[in-house]
Amino acid sequence: MNHLKPVGTEAIQKKGWFVAHKWLLLRRISQFIILSLFIFSPWLASFIEIDLVKGNLASSLTLDVLPLTDPYVLLQSVIAGHWPLMSAFLGAFIVTVFYLLVGGRIYCSWVCPINIITDTAAWLRERLKIKGGIIINRNTRFWLLGFTFLVAFSTASLAWELINPVSIVFRSLVFGIGLAWGIILAIFLLDFAVSRRAWCGHLCPVGAFYSLLGQVRFLHVDAFQRGACNNCMECFIICPEQQVIKLPLKAKQPEISSLIRSSQCTNCGRCIDVCAEDVFKFNLQIKK
Amino acid sequence: MNKAKRQFFIASLKTASAVGITALGLGLYSRQSRALPAQAIRPPGALIEKDFLSACIRCGLCVRDCPYDTLHLAKLGDVVATGTPYFVARQTPCEMCDDIPCIEACPTGALNPKLVNIDQARMGLAVVIDQEGCIAFQGLRCEICYNVCPVQGKAISLEIRHNKRTGMHAAQVPIVHSDACTGCGKCEQACILTGESAIKVIPNHLAQSGGSPHYRLGWEEKEKAGKALVTPDTEHQFNLPEGLDYDYAGKGLIKKPLSTDTSSQGVPFSDNPLDTLNTKGAR
Repeated sequence: MNHLKPVGTEAIQKKGWFVAHKWLLLRRISQFIILSLFIFSPWLASFIEIDLVKGNLASSLTLDVLPLTDPYVLLQSVIAGHWPLMSAFLGAFIVTVFYLLVGGRIYCSWVCPINIITDTAAWLRERLKIKGGIIINRNTRFWLLGFTFLVAFSTASLAWELINPVSIVFRSLVFGIGLAWGIILAIFLLDFAVSRRAWCGHLCPVGAFYSLLGQVRFLHVDAFQRGACNNCMECFIICPEQQVIKLPLKAKQPEISSLIRSSQCTNCGRCIDVCAEDVFKFNLQIKK
Repeated sequence: MNKAKRQFFIASLKTASAVGITALGLGLYSRQSRALPAQAIRPPGALIEKDFLSACIRCGLCVRDCPYDTLHLAKLGDVVATGTPYFVARQTPCEMCDDIPCIEACPTGALNPKLVNIDQARMGLAVVIDQEGCIAFQGLRCEICYNVCPVQGKAISLEIRHNKRTGMHAAQVPIVHSDACTGCGKCEQACILTGESAIKVIPNHLAQSGGSPHYRLGWEEKEKAGKALVTPDTEHQFNLPEGLDYDYAGKGLIKKPLSTDTSSQGVPFSDNPLDTLNTKGAR
């Protein structure tokens, strides 16, 4: 495990830089397109007479017809005692069905802007060989998820949304930054110096919510050539949710599926990128 | 309890406690941030603040659909609950669009879709808060708040008052009427004072007392009941000098007309003694 070279060096040599960063690049493109659409649509609307997309990830309207609402925020609102209009429910329904089918935590790695911050922190941490830090239980996020609902109920308000970094960062990038740079910095420092992958992998209740949505899904990373694994550990080092890889990759019994089925997997595809032996690929398959 | 179970239990307890402390802090913080500063006005149709904070999911669709860029989404660090819409009347007031696009845009009903007539909106209430600063109260002609009011003549009226300073002029002062004021803030923006406005839109719960159940207004109760609620006064008998009467709700002491004869009106006794003799004591 004592790596002298940065993770992915071998893959880059073997596959070339672009192939060894394929999924990372695609994810960044996805994240930036979504963010830019929200930022530039109001400005574009003065030329093309229609808003491509309006609002933010809490609730949005695409092309003036398609409502999309974050089911987690809406659920907090219902628990806080407000019964929303049909439009919000419809939007939340569409989003829920999408993430149920494709995989809940796709949100985390392909949409959420925080992912860029925490990936950067993790990358820098790995480069500077910073080890250790506070140990946080991975289940903390589920506790936090439960408590956000409890706080919503007991205060009869969207209390969590006052400090939710995920919604605050996205909203502030679209509607004006305010003091949200402080949140960006805090999340970065947390992941960089305090604990590895602390926010996305241990604390974030939004991620916890979407991982609960990912129980049924079609899209999985598949360790389809696990026989070719040479135990270089690079996938394990790069993975934000290390616990999900071991079972499908290292299973001795052939009846254990090579699909990474844990709903905590964010489908970020970094394991596919960094593996020099091409052990992994994305696989569309309904869970049996 | 075996060791593994115990360890799991302890680990869970630790996590739950840490998260619980955070949640408690958050709960207390949310209480504090519930206070909406008076200068921040919610968009038309906004539910009362307590309900608004559970209903608004902070998506900013109302802000995007506001054609006049009146609405802001509270940034982190603003005094308004972060991510919720508001406007500052002194800077950009609500233009009171007929189709109310902000309500149309709201996916959750935090801006109540039951509000269809913008004149029924109650975003706040304009209050002439600085009467010492308002130049109309000094006797100068201004009336800008009256003139820019979208519910003109109804929400703000001008009342003529005696100008005590000069003793001989009038002052036309603005008076706001809560039954018509929408709280759009046009008056606050237009006020000619250079700093703060003399007339300000204040949230209704701060601007209005709601009266007091201790004081029942007799004339209103009388109207409701259809009759006086107290025993009516017995008709008062005045023992007045002859020829005088007392109109106690009006003019006070008045002279009674003596007779139908106009020539003798206003005089207790006619110069002609026959007039007195002919009235037969029916005075």
